[in-house]
Amino acid sequence: MNVAVAKTGNGRAVSDLFAGAEGRLPGSPAVIVARREAFETYERLGLPHRRIEEWKYTDLRALVGEVLPLAASPDAAALKRAAEAVKAHAIAGARKLVLVDGVFAADLSDVKALGSDMSFRTLRETLEKDASLLKTAVTDAVIALNAAMATDGVVLSIADGAQLSAPIQIIHIATAASASAFSRSQVAIGKGVHATIVESFVAAGAKAYQVNDAVLLSIGDDSDVAHIRLMDDAPDALNVTSHFVTVGANVKLNFFNMTTGAAVSRLQGFITFSGEGSELSANGVNLLQKTEHGDTTLLVDHAVPNCVSRETFRAVIDDRAHSVFQGRIIVRPDAQKTDGKMMTRALLLSDEAEADNKPELEIFADDVSCGHGATAGALDDSLLFYLKARGLPEKQAQALLIQAFVGEAIEQIADDGLREHVIGIAERWLERRS
Amino acid sequence: MALLEVKDLKVRVEEREILHGLTLTVNEGEVHAIMGPNGSGKSTLSHVIAGKPGYEVTDGQILFKGEDLLEMDPEERAAKGVFLAFQYPVEIPGVATMTFLRTALNAQRKARGESEYSTPDFLKKVREVSKSLNIPQDMLKRGVNVGFSGGEKKRNEVLQMALFEPSLCILDEMDSGLDIDALRIAADGVNALRSPGRAMVVITHYQRLLNYIVPDFVHVMSKGRVVKSGGKDLALELEASGYTQFEDAA
Repeated sequence: MNVAVAKTGNGRAVSDLFAGAEGRLPGSPAVIVARREAFETYERLGLPHRRIEEWKYTDLRALVGEVLPLAASPDAAALKRAAEAVKAHAIAGARKLVLVDGVFAADLSDVKALGSDMSFRTLRETLEKDASLLKTAVTDAVIALNAAMATDGVVLSIADGAQLSAPIQIIHIATAASASAFSRSQVAIGKGVHATIVESFVAAGAKAYQVNDAVLLSIGDDSDVAHIRLMDDAPDALNVTSHFVTVGANVKLNFFNMTTGAAVSRLQGFITFSGEGSELSANGVNLLQKTEHGDTTLLVDHAVPNCVSRETFRAVIDDRAHSVFQGRIIVRPDAQKTDGKMMTRALLLSDEAEADNKPELEIFADDVSCGHGATAGALDDSLLFYLKARGLPEKQAQALLIQAFVGEAIEQIADDGLREHVIGIAERWLERRS
Repeated sequence: MALLEVKDLKVRVEEREILHGLTLTVNEGEVHAIMGPNGSGKSTLSHVIAGKPGYEVTDGQILFKGEDLLEMDPEERAAKGVFLAFQYPVEIPGVATMTFLRTALNAQRKARGESEYSTPDFLKKVREVSKSLNIPQDMLKRGVNVGFSGGEKKRNEVLQMALFEPSLCILDEMDSGLDIDALRIAADGVNALRSPGRAMVVITHYQRLLNYIVPDFVHVMSKGRVVKSGGKDLALELEASGYTQFEDAA
């Protein structure tokens, strides 16, 4: 790639931003060094563009152009708007941890209700002592930028054996227009834990903002975890999120992502099996309209034998929207008896809608079962006619069929209240269709 | 006033003319059978009345209660009281039958400016009707027609007919794919819906169905036209002599 291009234009804008923000970014001297290194990595790489293979379909340089200045810490008015948004988007019964423009908001959160089997700190507190949270096994330009700029986040550990009846909901609220929020969270789950972690991204009146989030999730042996991400940012926002997930032995991990917002978004997940006998079910739904661009990129690394991964991804694409799914499965040389499959289905609601699908299998073991499949198509005319002949207007008939299409993925969510919450978000997306 | 008036209807599919000037009048309370060989245009007529896309009406008109049916979208026709029982009801995975029934019924009521059914009232109505049609409740929780037998699919059509209370029912080859017991249950359901205010057009290839749903009038179609009309005895005559005579006549 062309380094000179990266440094001019975009590079300089961020450089100014970093210089201006550095004084507000928390951290010990070691953290400050790590941030500068991360920023140098970003400066060297620049915003990802189409000539970088992993970003081929999501050219941030063309789609976004520049990184906006760091959002100011939320003031009283912003926190008041955020409180309204919390009310509107909280899942009934969930324990909430709220970040406003990337800054932890204690008054809006349920830290005291977390109980004795969880320990909580903010990222800001953690970085005063420990720089390790800024390091990840994989890095690219947006991950490096996150490490350089991460302002705050949730650092949560769940003790061995904890059986959490209610979900933990991390709510990201944007109140600042034309500004960036950089958040980074760590959730360390012990052994034999039963837990549901939900992340919600919403706007409280903010427009044209940017979110760069990172989540470091580790799951101990014998745990049963549901991890649900609901990205419903403002229609003109940018959301780039990176997940780093380590899965222990005999774990059941049910991951679900739904994208219903943001002009441009990318979720990139790096999931590694580090213990045998585990099962990953990763389900995704992209609901895109207008000129929205939604990218889900998952790398599942079968580093050990005897694990199962299932990826089911569905995209509903209207108008001139563009959905991207990149799924890569790596099976390491001794990861025998790996069973890894991915399936994507795209529903194209307009002639100008676009779906790109890039499955990749890298198999270095010889006794494995891996596969991928993909379909793309329009709504079935015969089904639409049947519904219309029974009195449903076109849009309502379409809505019913779209709900059925994504319903199969949503049904994977076991918790009734949570599933209803997700269905509600999908229904609001359908109502927004013109 | 006639409930349904089809006047000199000419219909093309792609470049081929299927109906060459078909005329048919159906009054309230009457049951008309339309018989004819494969390819005579019977199903095309039912699709055009219901508003299925892909058919081009080049001449003639269809009036329903005096209104121009061809100007209406399929959902408007349904709300006005036109019901097509499909020859092959589609399967809709992921849409529970109960959800579908309630959504459709309320969409029709809304279009007519009537209040929507409350959930308890709706459930009560569905239970009554499904019981009379021998439709088990667990079938209503499944996806629309998903995994239903041929007989169950047709009973589901009759269930909808009973719920939506249309004034015109068009039954397209209701007997296809049904054994004699399934046919009897479906036909009993249809007969229970006969009333002075409701007309039916029964489209069938075989006379057998008309032993169960006895028509007032029988029309023979061949090559896109009605070539003979008569009373119910015409069906028996056809059973004995076949369609060949009409194919020559048309």
